[in-house]
Amino acid sequence: MADDVVLESHGLTKHYNGFVAVDNLDLTVRRGEVFGLLGPNGAGKTTTILMLLGLTEPTAGSVRVLGLDPVRQPLSVKTHVGYLPESLGFYDGLTAYENLIYTARLNGLRRDEAQERIASALAQVGLGEVADKRVATFSRGMRQRLGVADVLIKRPQLIIMDEPTQGLDPEAARDFLGIIRRLKADGITILLSSHLLHQVQAVCDRVGLFHRGRMVLEGTVDELARRVLGGAYRIQVEAEGGVGVEDALRRIRGVVNVTCPGRNLYELEAEDDLRPEAARTVVEAGGRLLSLKVELPSLDDVYARYFEKEEKHG
Amino acid sequence: MAKRSKAREGSPWTGLWAVVFKEMADHLTSARMLILQALILVTAVGTVYAATSNLRDTVAQDRFLLLKLFTTAQQPLPAFVGFLGFLVPLVAIALAFDAINGEFNQRTMARLLAQPIYRDALLFGKFLAGLFTLALVLTTIWLLIVGMGILGLGVPPGGEEVARSLWFLALTVFYGGVWLALALVFSITFRQPATAALASIAVWLFFTVFWGIIADLLAQFLRPVRVGLPIEFLAQAQMALMLSRISPNTLYSEAILAMLNPAVRSLGFVLPVQLDGAILGAPLPLDQSLALIWPHLTGLVAVTILLFALGYVLFQRQEIRA
Repeated sequence: MADDVVLESHGLTKHYNGFVAVDNLDLTVRRGEVFGLLGPNGAGKTTTILMLLGLTEPTAGSVRVLGLDPVRQPLSVKTHVGYLPESLGFYDGLTAYENLIYTARLNGLRRDEAQERIASALAQVGLGEVADKRVATFSRGMRQRLGVADVLIKRPQLIIMDEPTQGLDPEAARDFLGIIRRLKADGITILLSSHLLHQVQAVCDRVGLFHRGRMVLEGTVDELARRVLGGAYRIQVEAEGGVGVEDALRRIRGVVNVTCPGRNLYELEAEDDLRPEAARTVVEAGGRLLSLKVELPSLDDVYARYFEKEEKHG
Repeated sequence: MAKRSKAREGSPWTGLWAVVFKEMADHLTSARMLILQALILVTAVGTVYAATSNLRDTVAQDRFLLLKLFTTAQQPLPAFVGFLGFLVPLVAIALAFDAINGEFNQRTMARLLAQPIYRDALLFGKFLAGLFTLALVLTTIWLLIVGMGILGLGVPPGGEEVARSLWFLALTVFYGGVWLALALVFSITFRQPATAALASIAVWLFFTVFWGIIADLLAQFLRPVRVGLPIEFLAQAQMALMLSRISPNTLYSEAILAMLNPAVRSLGFVLPVQLDGAILGAPLPLDQSLALIWPHLTGLVAVTILLFALGYVLFQRQEIRA
C-alpha cells in the first residue's frame, strides 16, 4: 500500500435485514486531500462512514484506515481519526470547556495537555470567548464548530464529517467551509459526506457520487463535469449581426456543442473557459458582441444529468 | 480470513474511569438526586429520632442498641429499614433509567463512541457510577444515623454492632444494584426515558405488591392441601416462601432482618423439634448470621450480574444510527 493512502476500502458491503445499504464499495482517499462523498439521503453515505470508523461491522469487504483495520483495531483508529457525526450533540448542562474535557479524558490525555489542546482547538474554531458558557445557549453553527474543536483535541490525521453543513444558515455554512479549508491547509485529510452538492463542491479536491449504495462516479469536479456533461463549461454569447457566427463558434477548438436558445443568443459547451476565443470569433465574423458569460459546471448539473441518462438507459 | 482470527485490541476498560467520574459528577449535581437525597435524609432523621426516644427507656437492657435504631418503629412511623425497602429501588431507578437512551436523545452517543473506548467501558462505567453514587449517599446516611445514635442514646456501639450495620449497608447497596441493572436494561431497550422509568417502576411494583399474592396462589396450586395433614400445610407454606424469594424485595428484607436482629436463627420454618435445646432469644454470632443470609446475598449479586449481562448483550448489538 502506498504511503500516501490514508483510507482504502475494497468490496465494502453492508446489509441491514436484507436491505443493501452499501454495495461493493471501493474507495481510496489520499493524504492531504478533501474527499466528498456526495449523494441523496439514504444513498449509504452514513453507513459507509460508520464502517470506516468501526462503529458498524461490514457484511463483507475490507477497510484500512491509516493502515489499521477498524473492526479489529478500533481504539487505534479512533485515536487518530476524528468523527463529526450528522446528529451532533453535546451535554447541554455543561459548558463548552467541560464537554471537551470529557472528550480529552476519554482520549486518555493528561490534564495540563488537555487544557492546552482545548484552548488551542477552541481558538481555532473561534469559540475561545464562549468556552465557559453552557452549550445550551449555543446556536447550530456554534455547535457545529464546537464539534470540530471536539475532534481537534485528538490531533487527528483524518477527519470524517457527516453532513457538516446541513441545517446551517448560508453564512454559518460559509464559515464552516472556511474552517474545512484551514484544516486542509494544516495537512489534515478530510472525508466529508453531503447531499448539498453546490456547497461542498467548492472545498472538495475529489468527489464520489453515491447512488443506492454504490459509488457511481469518482473524480475531480471538472473531470466529472467533462465526463457527464460533455463540456465542463457553458458559455453564453450574446451577439448581433455577423455572418455564420454559429458555425464559426462551432469550429473553435475545445467547443463540444453550440445551441441557439434565443434570438442573438448562442450557448457553447466547452472543455475549457473559451471566452476570449469566442469573443474573437464573433468579432472576426463581423458580429457585435453584446455580452459574454461563463457558467461554471455545477455538481448539481452533473448529478441531475447523470441520473437522467441512467434512467433513459436503464 | 486472517483478520477474523485476531482478537480486538486493547482493554475493554479503556476510558472506564473517565466515564465513572463524569457520570458521578452528573448524578451528584442533578436536581433529581438532590430531591431523593433530601427525601432519604428526612426519613432517616425522622425515623431515627423516633427510635431514639423510644429506646431511651430500655438502654440498659439491650446489647444491640445501634441495630435497634434502624429497626425500631414508633407509631405512626415505620422503621428506617421499612422506608429503605422502597426508597433504595426508587433512587437506583432514578440513577439509571436514562443512562443509555439519554445519550441517544442528546445525540451524544455517536460522538462518545467515536472516542477511543469500547462500549463496555461506557456501559460498565455508567453502572459503576450509579452504584458508587448510591453507596456514597447510603454511607453518608449510615454515618449520620450512627452519630445521632451515639448522641441520642449516649452509648458507643460495640464492634459487632458496627460490623453488622456495615453488612447491612453493603446489603442495601447490593439491593440497589439489582434495580440499577434493571433500569439500565430498560434504558437500553426503550428509546424514551419516560417509558424506561415507568417499566422499571412497574417491575418494582409487581415485586413489592403483587408477587407475594401470586406466590401464595401458585403455592396453593402447586402444593394443594388435599387431606388437611399438617405436612401438607407445611409443604404449601414452604413452597410459598421459596416462590416469594424470587423477588429481590423478599431477599433483601429477610437478609437485613437476620443482619440487624441477631436473635433471628432461621429464615424459614422451624418446627418445635428443631428448637430442642436452643436458648430462645440468645443472639447468634455474626458469622452464623452471615451464613444464614449468604444465599440471599449471592442471589442479589447474581440477579444483578444476569441483568447487567443482558443489558451488555443488548447494548453491544444496538446500531448507533437512530
